[in-house]
Amino acid sequence: MKMLFTSMAALFLTIPAIAQETSIDTTTWFDNPSTLTQTDGASIYAGVCAGCHMPNGQGAKGAGEYPALANNPSLMATAYPISLVIHGHKAMPPLGGLLDDEQVASVVNFIRTNFGNNYTDNEARAELVKNMR
Amino acid sequence: MSFNPEGVTRRSFLGMVGAVAGAAAMYSAMSTMGFASQSNWRGRLNLQGAPDNTNILILGAGLAGMTAAFELRNAGYNVKLLEYRDKAGGRCWTLRGGDSYTELGGFTQHIDFAEGNYLNPGPWRIPSDHFAVLDYCKRFGVKLEPFIQVNYNAYLHDSEAFDGQPQRFKEVATDFRGHVAELLAKVVDQQGLDEAVSVEDAEKLVAALKRYGALNDNLDYVTGSESSTFRGWSHPEGGGVDGKPEPSQVNSLSEILNSTLWRNLTTGDNLHMQSTIFQPVGGMDMIAKGFEEQVGELITYNAKVTRIHHEGDQVTASWISADSGSNEQTETADYCICTIPFSVLSQIDHDFSPRMSKIIDSMPYASAFKAGIEFKRRFWEEDEHIYGGISYTNLPITLISYPPYNMFSDGPGVLLAAYPWGAYAYQFNALSPEERIDKVMEYGSQIHPQYYDEFKTGASVAWHRVPWTLGCYGLWQDREADYQDATAMDGRTLMAGEHISYLPAWMEGAVLSALDAVERLHTTITEI
Repeated sequence: MKMLFTSMAALFLTIPAIAQETSIDTTTWFDNPSTLTQTDGASIYAGVCAGCHMPNGQGAKGAGEYPALANNPSLMATAYPISLVIHGHKAMPPLGGLLDDEQVASVVNFIRTNFGNNYTDNEARAELVKNMR
Repeated sequence: MSFNPEGVTRRSFLGMVGAVAGAAAMYSAMSTMGFASQSNWRGRLNLQGAPDNTNILILGAGLAGMTAAFELRNAGYNVKLLEYRDKAGGRCWTLRGGDSYTELGGFTQHIDFAEGNYLNPGPWRIPSDHFAVLDYCKRFGVKLEPFIQVNYNAYLHDSEAFDGQPQRFKEVATDFRGHVAELLAKVVDQQGLDEAVSVEDAEKLVAALKRYGALNDNLDYVTGSESSTFRGWSHPEGGGVDGKPEPSQVNSLSEILNSTLWRNLTTGDNLHMQSTIFQPVGGMDMIAKGFEEQVGELITYNAKVTRIHHEGDQVTASWISADSGSNEQTETADYCICTIPFSVLSQIDHDFSPRMSKIIDSMPYASAFKAGIEFKRRFWEEDEHIYGGISYTNLPITLISYPPYNMFSDGPGVLLAAYPWGAYAYQFNALSPEERIDKVMEYGSQIHPQYYDEFKTGASVAWHRVPWTLGCYGLWQDREADYQDATAMDGRTLMAGEHISYLPAWMEGAVLSALDAVERLHTTITEI
């Protein structure tokens, strides 16, 4: 039924200008009203970060903008994205209440090693996240 | 006790007014002085005496910006507004059939609702104590109709309770009230509260609880005509041979408590939800259009502000075309009222004080999500006798609101099919418009099984992807410490908008902050 509906819905809704590559698996999503329950970096990214920084980390621009995470040298220092995720800054909301230490570390490691970023050194760990809260 | 300049106390002054002019004048005076009103609206402004050739620049043509423009123009100022979008109203916004909406990331939805149907992605209700908004509606001829918040025939639903079957609000409400009243009545009846309740009061309290909780003569809340008179009958009251009703089975206290359905019993008792509340006929943006009729000629549309700077006695905003990103122009004025959301303002080059800059930079905007789904027929009315009101659920859609307009009409109707905040809203934001509708259908069909058969089309707004707000409403990190400083004139600019109010996310907050800014600005200018 659900599969049938998905193809049906496509008839009614316009294909977005920038289509997402594949349909996202949301089976681990929507499990708690106040926290995210996804555990691996890619799923956490898809479940919260992609809302603003977009599915491929390309960012977006309107009256204000969400910076691209793709090919972003600011991600070189591990502490910088950790701090932003926990505490927020400007339009970026603090997500420290939504994500636990492990989740913050996972998603920071994900963005530092994807979308054209290749910062494999100084991996984020839950301990460091905890100390930065 | 506070004193007016003549040394007459407020209360003695009111006594004088009451004695001389009667109750109506007394009420009016009380309202003016803030005793009797709930919103801090102090009545219509009637600013006079703007100095010649005083220019005011207003950034943003939402309700705050247009309120400021309307009042300042009427006072005699030269007013100009810059607006990023090609229409006015900001978050006071409605999506209808024929509209296109492109969110950040380039995802475009072409809305396909039938004529007369709509989704209000932002504000959708006007409380009866939001006097400023209601007064502008009256002045501008914006027609209002009741918004139905509480519907006793709508559902309370929890996927873990009652085998996932939605329960009628009237059943849960009556059962909860009945059991609580029974417990209290019996304790009082057995002199269990001697310390707290006098003998005379105890007798009255028992009588009151018996009526309040629909208890029988033994003070029991049980299946019977008393409880069914409130929660409904298993076989309804009727006429003729089959007319005699059969009582419905009450749920036990334990079932009600463990269902957690009691969580939403008091939502409609909130100060801003109490009946009667309103919505504009035809969509919330009818209010925006009402303002736009008044001040539209002052607005430059498609103007993306790129810089705000102060020099000497003047303030200048630079802007470019929001479409092409080219052709930088400037607008210079004596004063500025800036209603640009801080989420966006924090990214604009400006020379506000370090204190103001710090506040601007510390205000992210909340995550919220709304989906409207149009169905081929109004099955909630035809099959389930739900006319307006809201069903609440623990599912990620959070609620379903039934349209309080065009009731009993044939043809399609639009439900507000999801309105979550928090973690659920973040996740809906992260999906494409098609995937969101898929999820909303998956959840909503657990409450209304007709969903898939009757689906026609859907539209959604994920507020973090709204290009001109980057979120739903301003979140103070430390309002206690920062609020007053954010209201202060900075250079020659005053901030206004829902974020500069204690009614965040409400249109009333935006309008009141603008009225306050306008009054203070006028005082500053005329006292120089």
